[in-house]
Amino acid sequence: MIIQGKCHTFGNDIDTDAIIPARYLNTSDPGELARHCMEDADPTFAGRVKTGEIIVAGKNFGCGSSREHAPVAIKAAGVAAVIAASFARIFYRNAINIGLPIFESPAAAAGIEAGDEVKIDAEKGEIVNLTKGETYPVAPFPPFMQELIAAGGLMSYVAGRVKVNV
Amino acid sequence: MGMTITEKILAAHAGLDTVEPGQLINARVDMALGNDITAPLAIQEFKKLGLKKVFDPEKVVLVPDHFTPAKDIKSAEQAKILRDFAREQGLTNYFEIGRMGIEHCLLPEAGLVGPGDLVIGADSHTCTYGALGAFATGVGSTDLAAAMATGELWFKVPETILFRYHGRLQPWVGGKDLILFTIGQIGVDGARYMAMEFTGEAISELSMDGRFTMANMAIEAGGKNGIFPVDEKTIDYLRGRLQRDYRIYQSDPDARYAREIDIDAGKIEPQVALPHLPENARSVKEIGEIKIDQVVIGSCTNGRMEDLRVAAHILKGQKVHPEVRLIIIPGTQKIYADALAEGLIATFIAAGAAVSTPTCGPCLGGHMGILARGERAVATTNRNFVGRMGHPESEVYLAGPAVAAASAVKGRIAAPEEVIK
Repeated sequence: MIIQGKCHTFGNDIDTDAIIPARYLNTSDPGELARHCMEDADPTFAGRVKTGEIIVAGKNFGCGSSREHAPVAIKAAGVAAVIAASFARIFYRNAINIGLPIFESPAAAAGIEAGDEVKIDAEKGEIVNLTKGETYPVAPFPPFMQELIAAGGLMSYVAGRVKVNV
Repeated sequence: MGMTITEKILAAHAGLDTVEPGQLINARVDMALGNDITAPLAIQEFKKLGLKKVFDPEKVVLVPDHFTPAKDIKSAEQAKILRDFAREQGLTNYFEIGRMGIEHCLLPEAGLVGPGDLVIGADSHTCTYGALGAFATGVGSTDLAAAMATGELWFKVPETILFRYHGRLQPWVGGKDLILFTIGQIGVDGARYMAMEFTGEAISELSMDGRFTMANMAIEAGGKNGIFPVDEKTIDYLRGRLQRDYRIYQSDPDARYAREIDIDAGKIEPQVALPHLPENARSVKEIGEIKIDQVVIGSCTNGRMEDLRVAAHILKGQKVHPEVRLIIIPGTQKIYADALAEGLIATFIAAGAAVSTPTCGPCLGGHMGILARGERAVATTNRNFVGRMGHPESEVYLAGPAVAAASAVKGRIAAPEEVIK
């Protein structure tokens, strides 16, 4: 998987209330959620972000609530991938489950600045900052997670397992 | 090598003799929970599988508690998805308005969780049930859908941090103060992906309600679960509630811990976490003069009987400050009824507080007490993120019920001793 795009940067501990405030959780419509994506961290983000662009953040991205609406809002806003120094664990599961590509790389999170163009090569395990000419390593997913991702997310994986019970 | 309580429960549910941190396992789920925000997405994903029935209609729990009683038409539609699904599936544990409670107050009270259980919930505060010696963790909607379909879910076995709380607690110090202090020490990602095991003589002395409060906020340190050893207090709590057998697990003396942290609990004063992270915990005495507009006492963190008793003790014969709105939300219908019978509700109303039916409401900025721009609240809830309780320029200060009640009287953040000498 190769993902290339312009980056939007955020700080540490971006919580799920900042990603999608609860005042918009009376719906699970992806399009509606996308219109408020990152609103309490940067109210201009949803209006500025273009399809295929990348979010880069510091440590503990997605901390707080279990709302899957958070990665859904990011994905529906057209964001191609999230790079962070680290992810909160429920957000991490949710992103994998719904097929939002996420990459853990403290070096990339520290090196990338807003507006930088980067290329993520998941197989090679590296992120290349085309603007700055830097390369950062990415931790690979464990084999089971790769299986989940290859299956197209958790429900496709589960569908393969439950057919016998129907 | 020995195992921790968390590792033993996970191993037992995966059909394995042993597990170790980092191992990925597929484990059997004893209970799967969803609410009116997370379950609609889960139900949508479940239906895509084409399955007719959930894995066990007694082990899927649905509680409409976040935006209910429905605050608007969209919320009503979301709650209706749960109601329709519960009827169609014949779920025995669907809890309707008037017979419900905030999910994490309700499930233990209704005897739906016991020691040794493995519980998942599409709500981050599912970790609350660790107070009963269960492994309980929050997941997303898709994970809930998978668990409803198969009765199983994958887990990464977490490392465990062992906390030992020494000494005797000072007056007005409870579970909320211990956990805020702890998060202040290790940070909001200090236990990321990890189990938090709470032990020590101060924990033995702590009430079950205090333990629920502590386990509840394990997620605010990034924890996967919080867990307590089962003791006499746990067993007393379960008596008359849990109508089935359960299994008590204990950590082995040679269990492996990622970290061991000793805390002198006798030195901890009532805590307040300043905006906008729960790790910004300070002693209430170091806060200075902070005027407030609203106080909320309730939530899955502090909406239990002991919390209401502490608040009533401070509010008895007092008046809420003229410039403050005090909103009190009992965690369940039973807590509400018990508080009524004990006279606590009369005390609250006489003091000038609003008392609400159980709901998560204001905690997540849903309804029943949203903050305007520039307003400040003291809340016994669990998160003080930007915009958590309303306008992005409002502020939430987290505290236990004693500080919250005292602050409501004083109109500023106040120590309990300022009201009760």
